[in-house]
Amino acid sequence: MKHVLSALLGAATLLGAAPSIAQTTLTIATVNNGDMIRMQGLTNEFTAKNPDISVKWVTLEENVLRQRVTTDIATKGGQFDVLTIGTYEVPIWAKKNWLIPLDNLGADYDTADLLPKIRDAVSVSGKLYAAPFYGESSMMMYRTDLFLKAGLTMPEKPTWDFVIDAAKKLTDKSAGVYGICLRGKAGWGENMAFLTAMSNSFGARWFDEKWQPQFDKPEWKKTLSTYVDLMKAAGPPGASSNGFNENLALFNSGKCGMWIDATVAASFVTNPKDSTVADKVGFALAPNAGLGKNANWLWAWNLAIPAGSKKTAAAEKFIAWATSKDYTQLVAKKEGWANVPPGTRTSLYQNPEYLKVAPFAKLTLASIDAADPNKPTVQPVPYVGVQYAAIPEFQGIGTSVGQQFSAALSGSSTVDAALAAAQSSTEREMKRAGYIK
Amino acid sequence: MARKVTARRVWVSTAAAWLFGFLIFLPILWMVLTSFKTELDAFAMPPKFLLFHWTTENYATVQERSDYVHHALNSIIVAGGSTLIAMIIAIPAAWSMAFAPTKRTKDVLLWMLSTKMMPSVGVLVPIYLIFRDFGMLDTRAGLVMILCLGNLPIVIWMLFTYFKEIPRDILEAARMDGATIGRELIYVLTPMAVPGLASTLLLNFILAWNEAFWTLNLSTLDAAPLTVFIASYSSPEGLFWAKLSAASTLAIAPIIVLGWFTQRQLVRGLTFGAVK
Repeated sequence: MKHVLSALLGAATLLGAAPSIAQTTLTIATVNNGDMIRMQGLTNEFTAKNPDISVKWVTLEENVLRQRVTTDIATKGGQFDVLTIGTYEVPIWAKKNWLIPLDNLGADYDTADLLPKIRDAVSVSGKLYAAPFYGESSMMMYRTDLFLKAGLTMPEKPTWDFVIDAAKKLTDKSAGVYGICLRGKAGWGENMAFLTAMSNSFGARWFDEKWQPQFDKPEWKKTLSTYVDLMKAAGPPGASSNGFNENLALFNSGKCGMWIDATVAASFVTNPKDSTVADKVGFALAPNAGLGKNANWLWAWNLAIPAGSKKTAAAEKFIAWATSKDYTQLVAKKEGWANVPPGTRTSLYQNPEYLKVAPFAKLTLASIDAADPNKPTVQPVPYVGVQYAAIPEFQGIGTSVGQQFSAALSGSSTVDAALAAAQSSTEREMKRAGYIK
Repeated sequence: MARKVTARRVWVSTAAAWLFGFLIFLPILWMVLTSFKTELDAFAMPPKFLLFHWTTENYATVQERSDYVHHALNSIIVAGGSTLIAMIIAIPAAWSMAFAPTKRTKDVLLWMLSTKMMPSVGVLVPIYLIFRDFGMLDTRAGLVMILCLGNLPIVIWMLFTYFKEIPRDILEAARMDGATIGRELIYVLTPMAVPGLASTLLLNFILAWNEAFWTLNLSTLDAAPLTVFIASYSSPEGLFWAKLSAASTLAIAPIIVLGWFTQRQLVRGLTFGAVK
């Protein structure tokens, strides 16, 4: 018995003396999309290199995630160590000191390789407050077979006049084919993302230099009437309920001649597993009205560290890994070049292997380059952002205006009434927020 | 004189009842069918009803990506715990209001109901701060408490309605025989109100099981129930309808099984007092 006790005591001493690795557990909040899910699947590669760090994922739908992390960061709840946030949130949250600047991403991180437009969108006063994980713009996707049948040729830089004419020619309602599918569902990130980008191409702007709303100007009337007329003539029925997913389903089942939406859709519409028209899709830049601005937006999902996190060093290590060039190589090795997160690094668009499998890559890059968050439209603006104005009030204002415009599309309101309502509601909110008197 | 019911009338009303039942059940059936489709078949137009390539791939993906058992266990603990505590508080409260009312009883009942009229998001920040300061964020105890408090007015109202249907004379007779209030509650009132208690318990359990505002906002990982599990499969950019359907089918499976086995009690409770 004495020997047994001695042996147990000895073993316990040895165990106590054995070097132990202090574990840091990172809780990462992210959205549910293909690239993010792929990153979760590759987490073991990160933890194998960093055995002192373990990772827990909280995956939520985009709007739920936005509400969840906003509540947590505003109340300093400290529930998350790494957040997935959009380009809209980064400048607002950085100015509120809710985010930690990313100063220690490592010597080999190569910040200069980040696409300049994307890097600017996640920087404030020259400091990087979030690291872009994947970036996107919007572009024209069209059915090459339908264009051929109608005797049309899509220019690389189409104008709105061409798009309107082509949409009418492609429409065959008896066959269930509609010339164009565009977002109609109300929301600042839904129809207003598209309509704001479209309005930029017509020279409209949300606010003048003194924050005065501009919906009573002719540029907005031209934008909204063009959109409503086009959709009534050549859009699918019930378009005022359609967002990205609904239009993706319509396009993939062969119901749309053209679709202008996020560049990320290119990989879905060309994947035979997802699409019935995978081999009949062409790409072009988003349309313009000859004023020097295309109707395309700029967005990126980024990884950032909330000011409440107590695990900054480990969080920075993770962010550096997930947004590095090495990560791109890792995804390419494990899942193929077609699956690497796009739209963040210049080097990706110089890689011949990627260009070979992604026929839409050059247009994605051209679309991202064409969008300028600091000069989104023809006239000067006091805000940053292409398809949004990066002010905290925009989510509410954008959704309210989106509801008016969606009503104009559905026919329950007119273009003039929707613009007048948008002007008065935006003026009211801007006065309440103190931007104007 | 009883009216003669023709065979044709019976047939028509039976067919109408089946059709109505089928229409109500259709969304759930469609969700289950979609969970066995490929993503391509999930949005096919015209929709494919039975003739599609059946696959269990979506269930395999869901199992691989998420810890279903962990979330299901949290749902059982949170919904079950909050229901039990709510019942323990609500039975004496409803008894006192039904059998020993004061002139303020109606006001109290209305006040309780009025707490359900404010949208939950209106008190999100104060509740979040309280949870943060008491270390209750992402804890099962915290969720049990908030769901219990949230459903308590409905539970008390339901029990109050059932208790009101029980003749006071029976309770008075028990009291004449020397029963204390505790004995009266346990041995006289409770057995008589079993259908009402059962349906209240079940409905409250279902409400707590499906609650998605507080559970999404106050839990992260450790206490996250099935509502968080489903939310992780919804995406505004990407057609993952088949996977979302598989996750939803898994999430509602336990509650459907429970409802199936307790449907008699549920129906009895819901029609309790409807016909005297």
